[in-house]
Amino acid sequence: MFSAQDLQALWLTLRLASVVTLLLLLLGCPLAWWLTHTSSRWRRPVAALVALPLVLPPTVLGFYLLMLWGPEGAVGRLIAAAGLSALPFTFRGLVVASMLYSLPFVVQPLHNAFEAVGERPLELASSLGAGPWDRFFTVALPLAWPGVITAAVLGFAHTVGEFGVVLMIGGNIPGQTRVLSMRIYDHVQAGEYHQANVLSLCLLVVSFAALLAMTLLRPRRYARD
Amino acid sequence: MTEATPGLAVKLSLRRGALALDVDMALPARGITALFGPSGAGKTACLRTIAGFERDSVGSVTFGHAIWQDTARRIFVPTHRRRLGHVFQEASLFAHLSVAGNLDYGYRRAGRPEHLDREGLIERFGLRPLLERRVGALSGGERQRVSMVRALLSDPALLLFDEPLSALDAAARTDLLGCLESLHGTLETPMIYVSHNIDEVARLADHIVLLEAGHVVAQGDLQSTLTRVDLPPALGEALGAVIEGEAVGLDAHDQLVELAFPGGRLWLPHRQETLGQKVRCRVAARDVVLLRQPEAATSALNQIRCRIVAMADADHASQCLVRLDAGGSALLARITRRSWHHLSLSPGDEVWAQVKAVALGA
Repeated sequence: MFSAQDLQALWLTLRLASVVTLLLLLLGCPLAWWLTHTSSRWRRPVAALVALPLVLPPTVLGFYLLMLWGPEGAVGRLIAAAGLSALPFTFRGLVVASMLYSLPFVVQPLHNAFEAVGERPLELASSLGAGPWDRFFTVALPLAWPGVITAAVLGFAHTVGEFGVVLMIGGNIPGQTRVLSMRIYDHVQAGEYHQANVLSLCLLVVSFAALLAMTLLRPRRYARD
Repeated sequence: MTEATPGLAVKLSLRRGALALDVDMALPARGITALFGPSGAGKTACLRTIAGFERDSVGSVTFGHAIWQDTARRIFVPTHRRRLGHVFQEASLFAHLSVAGNLDYGYRRAGRPEHLDREGLIERFGLRPLLERRVGALSGGERQRVSMVRALLSDPALLLFDEPLSALDAAARTDLLGCLESLHGTLETPMIYVSHNIDEVARLADHIVLLEAGHVVAQGDLQSTLTRVDLPPALGEALGAVIEGEAVGLDAHDQLVELAFPGGRLWLPHRQETLGQKVRCRVAARDVVLLRQPEAATSALNQIRCRIVAMADADHASQCLVRLDAGGSALLARITRRSWHHLSLSPGDEVWAQVKAVALGA
């Protein structure tokens, strides 16, 4: 049913989505926490910047990343000067691009969840002798857990489905950047509608399963009072 | 007298919307201090600045020999290093933990100190059957009991109770007030108890700070402060003596209990008092009738011999406040000016204060 190339694309997609989700959770938690609790005047600009990929066409994001990361781009030169290999058309590049693209899908659920937790439980924990890290890990994170799950699922599903950014920054290198959505596009271009259908169905099932998992994993035992 | 250990000294100002808090108060290192005043007087804001929740407050807070805040010297000790036991108005429990998990949150962080009787407190507040429950299934009274014991178990140096009973129904309130009263006798830790309910204050507090519109209008020992005749009118209804004595007689037939205090004896409705128990009762100024002579044919059960100390105008032009001394205990009566003149009373006169037992039932 699957060709070796299809399987490779499927595997690559899952690997990409997992790595991106994990890194985004690690990055998104402090960012969402900062957005929730800061009184800095940079809060709104940063929030808008984080939300930008929601409205920006993926191709535009991909295009600018390509410009920025290319041999003539600012970041590209910096990377070259540091003696590292260039980002475009590599798996690493794809990871970084996907992180930018999926950032709002992870940060916004976390931000909402931290806001719903509110100040009171944190004040309470501090009056009971818990320092800032202690409060975060023993009070804020457990209370925001449904939001963390939502963030992970949305980040994962969104990365699995991306196309425009991959097209611009990743290209179509087998085993490196040829993800499922690219493979489907290839099949359609070649008139192989059956294979395209099988892979599309795969994406559909993965997305549905992810959303189902989200609702099932959401702990219902403590309703907010 | 040895020099008293320093308690809490607070000199703070804070702006919050319409409230301009500007307080200067010194609280003793022992006992319960009530922070009393009408709604919007800044009681909660005051407590929150003491707790260190309001970082933009300006001034100084010292507790014992520790400086918790000194804006001039840029000192601000964060809340978790102040060793507080804070109880909020609406019991805030950690929704992701069980009752036992909530109780142990502060207890574990304090290093499970041996001098704290965890089992005893759980027993005394009736939490034993609730330990494994999730907090969502608790009633309002149960939630507040959990948050009180949780605060006590965190080995606090200072307890801050912010109107812990005001969100409860009457039955739960009576129940918890009993718990707090029994705690009062054994409590080593000083407590600040915010309330706008004078009956709670009268039953629990040793000291009182009266707050009005963000300012301290009076502070001191409970009995003498509440019998002052020179306080602002807004506190009018709160005025009255708080008598502390011992239950010396029980009348099972009439369901009355007799209270002996330095100035005499009082009959009051029997609740759960047992003989020999310490009993407090509040004699509101408006419930006291003054007589030149004791009266035999009266339905009032109590007549106490006392001497007039002072008289001052009350909030209404028709009335005055009379401060009385009954064998060392202060009493306060609110009477009309007409009666004052009619009986031609003046300071130094001997009078009888008549109080219905019914009025002491609160």
